[in-house]
Amino acid sequence: MSALLEVKNLSVEIPTRRHLLVPVDDVSFDIAPGEILGVVGESGAGKSLTGAAVIGLLEPPGRIGGGEIRLEGKRIDNLKYRELRRIRGAAIGMIFQDPLTSLNPLYTIGRQLSETLRTHQPLSETAAKARAIELLDEVGIPAASERIGQYPHQFSGGMRQRVVIALALANNPKLIIADEPTTALDVSVQAQIINLLKRLAADNGAAIMLISHDMGVIAETCDRVAVMYAGRIVEIGAVRNVVQAPNHPYTQGLMASIPRLGKDDARLAHIKGSMPRPTDIPQGCAFHPRCPKRFEPCDQKRPELMKGDSSQAACWLLQREADQ
Amino acid sequence: MGFLILNRVFQAALVMIVVAMAAFVLSNYVGDPISNMVGQEATQEDRDQLREDLGLNDPAPVQFVRFIGNALQGDFGISYRLQRPVSDLVAERLPATLELVMVSAIFALVVGIPLGIFTALYRTFWGSRLILTVSLAGVSLPTFVVGILLIYVFSVTLQWLPSFGRGETTALGGWTTGLLTVDGWRAIIMPAITLGLYQLTLILRLVRAEMLEVLRTDYIKFARARGLTNRAINFGHALKNTMIPVITIVGLNIGGLIAFSIVTETVFQWPGMGLLFVQAVQFADVPVMSAYLVLASLIFVLTNLVVDILYVVIDPRLRTERRVKAGV
Amino acid sequence: MTDQQAHIPHQSLGSRMVDGIRRFAGSDLLYSFVRQPVVVVAFLITVIFILAAIFAPLVAPHDPFNPASLSLMDSFFPPSWVEGGDARFLLGTDNQGRDIFSTIIYGARISLMVGFAAVVFSIALGVLVGLISGFVGGWFDALLMRFADIQLTIPGLLIALLVDGIARTALPSDMREEIAIYVVIFAIGISNWPQYARVARSGAMSEKVKDYVASARIIGTPSWVILLRHVLPNILGPVLVLGTIGLALAITSEATLSFLGVGVPPTTPSLGTLIRIGNDFLFSGEWWITLFPSGALVVLVLAVNLLGDWLRDALNPKLR
Repeated sequence: MSALLEVKNLSVEIPTRRHLLVPVDDVSFDIAPGEILGVVGESGAGKSLTGAAVIGLLEPPGRIGGGEIRLEGKRIDNLKYRELRRIRGAAIGMIFQDPLTSLNPLYTIGRQLSETLRTHQPLSETAAKARAIELLDEVGIPAASERIGQYPHQFSGGMRQRVVIALALANNPKLIIADEPTTALDVSVQAQIINLLKRLAADNGAAIMLISHDMGVIAETCDRVAVMYAGRIVEIGAVRNVVQAPNHPYTQGLMASIPRLGKDDARLAHIKGSMPRPTDIPQGCAFHPRCPKRFEPCDQKRPELMKGDSSQAACWLLQREADQ
Repeated sequence: MGFLILNRVFQAALVMIVVAMAAFVLSNYVGDPISNMVGQEATQEDRDQLREDLGLNDPAPVQFVRFIGNALQGDFGISYRLQRPVSDLVAERLPATLELVMVSAIFALVVGIPLGIFTALYRTFWGSRLILTVSLAGVSLPTFVVGILLIYVFSVTLQWLPSFGRGETTALGGWTTGLLTVDGWRAIIMPAITLGLYQLTLILRLVRAEMLEVLRTDYIKFARARGLTNRAINFGHALKNTMIPVITIVGLNIGGLIAFSIVTETVFQWPGMGLLFVQAVQFADVPVMSAYLVLASLIFVLTNLVVDILYVVIDPRLRTERRVKAGV
Repeated sequence: MTDQQAHIPHQSLGSRMVDGIRRFAGSDLLYSFVRQPVVVVAFLITVIFILAAIFAPLVAPHDPFNPASLSLMDSFFPPSWVEGGDARFLLGTDNQGRDIFSTIIYGARISLMVGFAAVVFSIALGVLVGLISGFVGGWFDALLMRFADIQLTIPGLLIALLVDGIARTALPSDMREEIAIYVVIFAIGISNWPQYARVARSGAMSEKVKDYVASARIIGTPSWVILLRHVLPNILGPVLVLGTIGLALAITSEATLSFLGVGVPPTTPSLGTLIRIGNDFLFSGEWWITLFPSGALVVLVLAVNLLGDWLRDALNPKLR
C-alpha cells in the first residue's frame, strides 16, 4: 500500500436522452508519492473526465459508474459532499487548462488566495495575506506584495497561470491534477510553467497527474505515462520505455507523430481515420478499425492490459508474442 | 472611468435632444395649436394675432430653441383639456407615479432575485419547476388582467383593500406621499403587485438563466476544485457575477415599469402621470403628451446612467480603463 | 456545411424554402414536440382559437353585432350554470343582452387579426430594413442600427401609445373610428420591428462574405435576388421563433391599448375592448362580463407563448 492514489476499474457514465455513454471505461492506474504520471490521448479520449472523477468534480449528469478511487488507502469516490470538499484544494489540488477563465474576474487575487487558505486552515486574515504573498513569490510573481491587490485582468496569461498554480498549491496538496495546464499559453511560456510546476511539486513532495494531448510535454516531464484511447488505457509504463519502445500500435502511431522541434502541427498524421465518438465505440479493441496490425481476435474480444517487455499494453499482439 | 461616464453622459444628452425634437414637432406641427386654444367664435385676425404673439411664425430653429428654453424651466404650455399649466399638473401627479414605480421595482427585486437564485441552485427540485411554470403564466398575464383579478378578489369579493386611488396622503413640501399612512400602504399594495408582477417574472427568469450560466464557468469549477464551501461559491462567487447583467436589464426595465404604470394607473384610477397621459392621448391633449414624453425619457435616461455607473462600481475590468498590462 | 453551400446557388427559391422548412421540421423538433404534452395542448388551443376566429359566424351561437337579434330583456344573464342563468347563453350576457360566448369568439377574431397583421407588418419592415442594412453596410447600416438600438430601449407600449396619440391628433375626428384598427396595427407593428431587423441583418452580413455571393454577382445576378434566395431561408427559423413570441406580445399590446380606450373602437370589440366594457360592471356583481374575456385572452396568450418558448428551445441546441 505504498501508492498515493489508486484507481481501480473506474468507469464514468453520462446518461443522455438516447444512450448511456461510457466515456471512461474500466480504467486502472496508481500514482506513487512524488511521482509524475502523464495521461496522454486525443481530445475525447476520457483523460479529463478521469481527472475530474478523481477529485469528484464530474459535471452532472456525468457520474462514476463503477470502480474505486483510493487516496492513501482511503476510498474517496463514495465520500459525502462535505468530506470530499475538505479533500479538494487541501489533499488534492487541481489546475485547469485556461488560466484566463479560471480566476473570478471580480475579486482580487489576494482575496481568492486567502479565501482558499482560510477554507482549509485556521489562519487569521493577516496571516493568510502574508502566506498569500509568500505563495505568489514562490510561483515567481515579481512585486508580490503589490500585485496581491490586483484583479485577474491585470495579469498576463502566463502570470495568471502562475496565480492558478499558487492557488492549487496553497494548502500543500499531496496530489496535483493538472489538466492541460499549458495548452492555452504561448509556446514561450509553456516550458517555464511546466518547470515551475515540477519544481514546486518536488519541493513539497507532491505527486502530479499531468493530463495532456502533447506527447512532447509528457515525455519531458513525467516519470510514467498512461496512454488513453476511446475511454480506456491502452498502454501504461515508464515514460522512457513507452517513448522509445511503444508496445501498442496506437502509441506507436502517436510517437511517430510527435512534432519535431520547430514543426508544430503534424499531429497524428500517421494514423488514418479518427477516434470513435463515445456513441459508437466498436466491438473488440476500440482501435482495431484504424490499426495497421489487426488480426483475428481484434474485432471480437476486448484486450485487457498485458505485460509487455517494457510496459503494459492492451493489445492482442502481446498475447500472440507470449504464446509463440 | 471618468471618460467612460462622460461618454455615457454625452449619449444621454443626445437622446434627450432627439426626444425634445420629437416633443417639439409634436406640439407645434401635429394638429393646430391655435384652434385648440381659442374658441370657435375667434376671428381670423384674432388667430393671426395669437399666432404672431406665440411666435409661431418664427423660423423653426428659433421656435425650437424657445421650446427647449421653456422646457428647461418646466414650461410645457397649457393643457387643452384641463386648461391648466402642464407643469402644475405634472407636479401634482409625479409623486404618485414615482412612488408606485419605486415600490413595484423593490417588490419585483426583493421577490424575484431570491426566487431566481433558488430555482437555479435547486434546478431539479419540483418546487423550482413549479415556480418556473407559474412564472411563464405570469409573463402571459397582461398587466390589466392582473389588476382586474386582484380587484375582483380583494376588493369586490373579500373587501380587504381599496380598489382605487392613493388613500390618505401626506404633504411634504411640494411632494405628496402615501407611504406614511396605513391607508396609503393599503392602497398601494395591489397597484404595486400588478405593476411589479411582470418584472418579477422577468427578473426571476433572468437571474436563473445568468446564475446557471455562471455556475458553468471555469472559475466556478476552479473554485470547487479549491474546496470552497457551497455557500462561498454560490453567494460569494456566482452571485456577484450574476448581478452584472441583471443590473443592466433591471435598469432597462425601469422604462417598462414607467410605461406599464400607465396601464396600472388606469385600472386602479391611480392619480399619477400615466393616467394623465392616457387621458391626454384619448383627447389629443398635445402639450400634456409632449411633456410626458420628455419627462418619461428623462427618468429613463437618468436610470440608465445610474446603471452604467453601478456597472463600473461592480466590475473592476471597467474600473481600471486601459491600464497597460503589467508583467508577463 | 461547405458542401451544402456549394450547391445552394443552383436551387430555386422554392426548393430552398422547402429545404429550410424540412431542416426546421427535423426529427429533433418533432421529437421534442411529441415529448412535451404541455406544448401539444398549447398547440391545440392555438389552433382551436384560430379556427374559431376564422369561422366565427358559423361557430358562434349568436350574432352579437346584429341589433335585430339583440333584446335588452336578455341583458345581464349570469352564466347558464349559475342560478338565474339562461340555457341559451352559456357564459351569460352583457348589458346589451349580447351573448358573452359569442362576443368572445368575435373578439378573439379581431384580436388575432390585429395580432397577425401587426406581426406580419413588423416582420416585413424589420426584415427589409435588416437585409438592406446588412448588405449595404457602412454609415447607412450604422445609422439604421443605432436608431433600432434606441427604439429597442423604449418600451413598445409607449411607442404604440404615442403613435396612436399622434394619429388621433393629426386625423380628422370622423375618420378616426374608421381607420382606428389600422392605426393600432401600425402602432404595434412599428414598435417591434428592430428585433427582426437585427436577425435579418446578421443573416445578410454572414452571407454576403461567402464566395457564392461574389460568383453570383459576377454572372450578373442582382443583389436582391441573392438576398431573397439565400439569406431569407437562413433566417426563417429565428424569425419564426421571434414571430411566435411576437404574436403573443402583439395580442397583449392590442388588448392593452383597447383596454386603455385607445385601441379598436367598441363597434368592433376585441378581447381587450370587451374587458374594458365589462370592467365597469365588476363592482355591481356582473363579474362574468369581464372575467370570461380576460380568461380567454390569458389562455390564448399563454398558449402562443408556450409554443414560442418551445420553438426557441427546440431550435437552440445550446439549451438542450
